[in-house]
Formats: sequence, C-alpha cells, structure tokens
Amino acid sequence: MPPILSLAHLSKVYASGFEALHDVNLEIAQGEIFALLGPNGAGKTTLISIVCGSVNKSGGQVLVGGLDNLTNYRATRSRIGLVPQEIALDIFSTVWSNVRLSRGLFGKRPDDAYLEGLLKDLSLWEKRDSPVIQLSGGMKRRTMIAKALSHQPDILFLDEPTAGVDVNLRRDMWALVRKLRETGVTIILTTHYIEEAEEMADRVGVMKEGRLALVEDKVALMRRLGKRHLSLTLKTPLAVLPEALSDWSLSLAAEGSRLVYDFDAKAPDNGMPALLQKLDSLGVGYSDLETSNSTLEDIFVSLVEAKRP
Amino acid sequence: MSNMPMTDTPITNRPMMSLAFNGPGVWAIYRNEIRRTLRTLIQSVVSPVITTALYFIVFGGAIGSRISQVGGVSYGAFIVPGLIMLSLLTQSVSNASVAIYFPKFTGAIYELLSAPMSAVEAVLAYVGAAATKSVGIGLIILATAELFVNVTILHPVWMIAFLVLTSVAFSLFGFIIGIWAKSFEQLNLVPALILTPLTFLGGSFYSIDMLPPFWRTFSLFNPVVYLVSGFRWSFYGVGDVSIEASLAFTALFIAVCLAILVWIFRTGYRLRA
Repeated sequence: MPPILSLAHLSKVYASGFEALHDVNLEIAQGEIFALLGPNGAGKTTLISIVCGSVNKSGGQVLVGGLDNLTNYRATRSRIGLVPQEIALDIFSTVWSNVRLSRGLFGKRPDDAYLEGLLKDLSLWEKRDSPVIQLSGGMKRRTMIAKALSHQPDILFLDEPTAGVDVNLRRDMWALVRKLRETGVTIILTTHYIEEAEEMADRVGVMKEGRLALVEDKVALMRRLGKRHLSLTLKTPLAVLPEALSDWSLSLAAEGSRLVYDFDAKAPDNGMPALLQKLDSLGVGYSDLETSNSTLEDIFVSLVEAKRP
Repeated sequence: MSNMPMTDTPITNRPMMSLAFNGPGVWAIYRNEIRRTLRTLIQSVVSPVITTALYFIVFGGAIGSRISQVGGVSYGAFIVPGLIMLSLLTQSVSNASVAIYFPKFTGAIYELLSAPMSAVEAVLAYVGAAATKSVGIGLIILATAELFVNVTILHPVWMIAFLVLTSVAFSLFGFIIGIWAKSFEQLNLVPALILTPLTFLGGSFYSIDMLPPFWRTFSLFNPVVYLVSGFRWSFYGVGDVSIEASLAFTALFIAVCLAILVWIFRTGYRLRA
C-alpha cells in the first residue's frame, strides 16, 4: 500500500535566514502512529505546519495520499486534522459554534448527530453552550481536539497534545488516539513526553536541528539501542572505581554509594556473573541489587547528545 | 471516551473531497461572523444608530436651523446620505478588519490557513459578512433618519447599488488592514488617522460647492467625495461630481483592493510564514 504521507527533500528557510528544515524525507503508512521527537527548535512544528498548509515550504514535495499538497490542496487538506501546540480558539464563541465552524471550513455539510457524539466522547457535551472563555484549560484542549476531528479526518496531527494537561486528560487522550487508530486514522504526534511515544507509537522519528536524524520502528529501536542496567547499592561508598574493574562499563552514582553497570542484554556473555565475582574478590560489598531496561527517553537523550558537536 | 464515532466510514471507502467551490466553508465563516454581530448587538448595531441620531440632533437640528437648503434639499435631508456613508465606511472597515485580525491575534487563523479553502472563498465569506452587516446598519440608519426628516429616494436601485458597492469596497479595504495590522493599535491607526478625516472632509455634511475654489479642487482628490456624491445623487438627483465619476471611482477602489489581496494571498504576506 502506498504511504498516506510522503515528504521528499522537504526544506524550509525562514525570512530571517533560519533553516528550520533541511532535506527531510519521510514516509508514513496509513493507520500508523508516528511519534516525532526532538528538542525545542528541532523543526517538528514547522514540518507539521508545512504539511497542513499554514507555512510555505522552501523546497521539496509533500504528498498526501499520493497527491501534492499544493496543487491538490482541497483534496489533501480535507483529509487532515490538526491540533496545534497552543490553545487557539474563538474564546467568545461557544464550544458548539467552534466545532460547527471547523466542520464547515473543511467543506463538510453540517452533521449535528456526528458532532453530538464527538462532544460526548470528549466529555464536552454538557459544555456545548458555554463560551470557550469559561472553560478550564483541559476543556479548552478537548475543544481543540473536537475541532480537529469535526470533519472526520483520516490523518491527525497532534502537536504536543498533552503539554500542560493533567494525568487524567493525558490518559484520556491516549485512549482516544488508540480508538482513532482502530478506525484506520493515521496519527502523527510530536511530544516532549517520551513516555507518550513509548506508550503509543509504532515508529519514532528523531529530529535535530532541522534534520530527521533517525526513523525507526519503536520496538526495534529499543531493542537495538536499548541497554540493561545493573545497579548495586554499596555497603561502603567508593571515591573512585578500582582499576581492577576497568574491563566493565561501570559508573558511580549517588556520591559513590551506587555502582551502575550498563550491558547488552542480548550479548551471549553479558559480563554480569564475572563482575559480581570480581567485586567479591575485591571485597566490595553490596546490600541491594536491581536491574532495569533503558527507556526510550534514555535512547532519545543519547541520540541527541551523542551527535551534538 | 467510549463508542467513538470519529470515523464511522472506513478510511479506504471515504471519498476524497473534490469540491470546486467550498460552499460549506464560505457559509460557515459567513454564518459565524453574522452570529458574532448578533452576540455583540449593542456594539455592532445600536451604537452606530445612537451616534447617527446624535449627528441629526447636532447637525440637523442645531446647524440645520441656520441653513435653509443645499442644492434645493433641506439641510436635514441633505446630510442623510452623508451620515449613512459615514457609518457605512467606518463599519465596513471595522467589521472586516476585526474579523480577520482577531483570529490572527488568538492564533485561530491556523485553521483557516489549513482548511481546503481558496483565497477567493475566504475573502467572499469575510468580506460578504462584513458588507452584509454594513448594509444592514445603513438601512437601519436610513430608517432612523426617517424619524427626523422626510427622505426622498429618487433612484432606489442606484441607492441600493451604492450601498452594496461601498460596503464591499470598504470591507475589502478593512480586510487588508486586518491582515496588515500587527497590533490593535495598528488596527485602529488607518481608520482613525485616514478614514475618519477623509470622511468628514468628503462632503458628508456639506456640498463641496460651498467651499472656496482651492479647497473645492483639493476635495476632488478625496475618494470619499465620489462615494458620498454618488450616494446623494441616488437620493435627490444632485451630487458634487457626476454619477459616472462616482461609479468609476468605486469600481477602481474595488479593483485596487482586489489586486492587493491577490498579492497578499500569493505571497502569504503576514498570513503564512
């Protein structure tokens, strides 16, 4: 099946001369949940804005469902829903007016039954006649989502969807994303919460300084770059690592009271038994021992930090 | 969140939108703008009516009693077209400029920019709504004027035509100002510093024939003179300039505004980065 979204050699240089995107190539399959990660200023929002049509590209091509998003802007834009980072609403209009306007803007005839179901699902139905200005921050965020879904898009962009929202709303949004995916909606989200990407994404893209540094299946990425950690709580803190332990990838933490060993879980000999024996022979005692997997966040940080000049 | 109705039709079976004209989009904006007027009824409608009534009391009552007739028309009746035009210009510019500036200010403009709407459709919706409001206010002011003086309309079709054309022309102008403005201060700058002086000096309350020769000639460079004159002609059959000149100027003004808007949407000036 051809990709639902295809970016080829996409670039963007703002009038100020700032290069926000540099030769970005990306293909996203229909029904996929794709998480775009990256530090502030990496170009995530610019990329989304170009695809949605609110920012002009400097070069390259964007295809939505095989159609160019400039020459076929009506067909392509009608398929896309966008929840931007900032809450941007007509605050003096009611929730109902806001969602009706959005549906119309995207060329859809009024369908009050659909909008009623949408607002009920987003726990907004009781607030439908309230001006947006009277809503809480979480309700405003839900209204933004309702607007983006009002025209039944099959590609949904969520730009930092859970920034500044409480835990309950975050969980609700994750549930919403999963339900949307079940119906075939493709979701592209940017997030600072790596936990979010780890929880939901099928694939992960890491952006850095306008470049797409990495695109990979989330599970494969975690398997490839993921490490296991052995953490030993020492009975007596160490000031420095003994020379005899230089064969292992060790570090001291918590002011020398914890010894951390990073190892490849898939390696035939992970070195752990030998390390424990060595510690015994050196008389380095420990009172506790635990192992853990590295998170996507660890991988993300290592990727971004490692390539920094 | 249960029973999600987000997509009741499978993606693959959903038809791609192939509208040649986004009618629902135009209607949605138009309807939303008219609703905004109704939401702010006092500010949008009552305020200009009260202001106009005050003009009648001050100019028609106090000054009009000292001026018998202008061009064969009683002074009170003479100023009616000028007063309507005064409100029409300020309301058209204000309605259209706020309509596009406010979403820019709140950030909600992203939705318009990412919607499957052409520039023509967006202008049609916003300018159409602003012009509709202005025409409505113009007619309300006309009805208010009838309470104070006897108003004759010799050419009702031309009167409506001038009402509509002027509303459209200055709504286009207001739309441009709304896109250009980066702050509320700038939004009020052009109406306050240019439009209001031009309107007051454009023959709203007098005939330019009443001016000394130099100022009469100078006034012919004021575009508002042509609008007021044409509009007044439709009422009483008299005007400061010919009806052809009034029509030609109005058409020219609309053409210039459209050309600027074409450039704005082509380049994305102050809309798209």
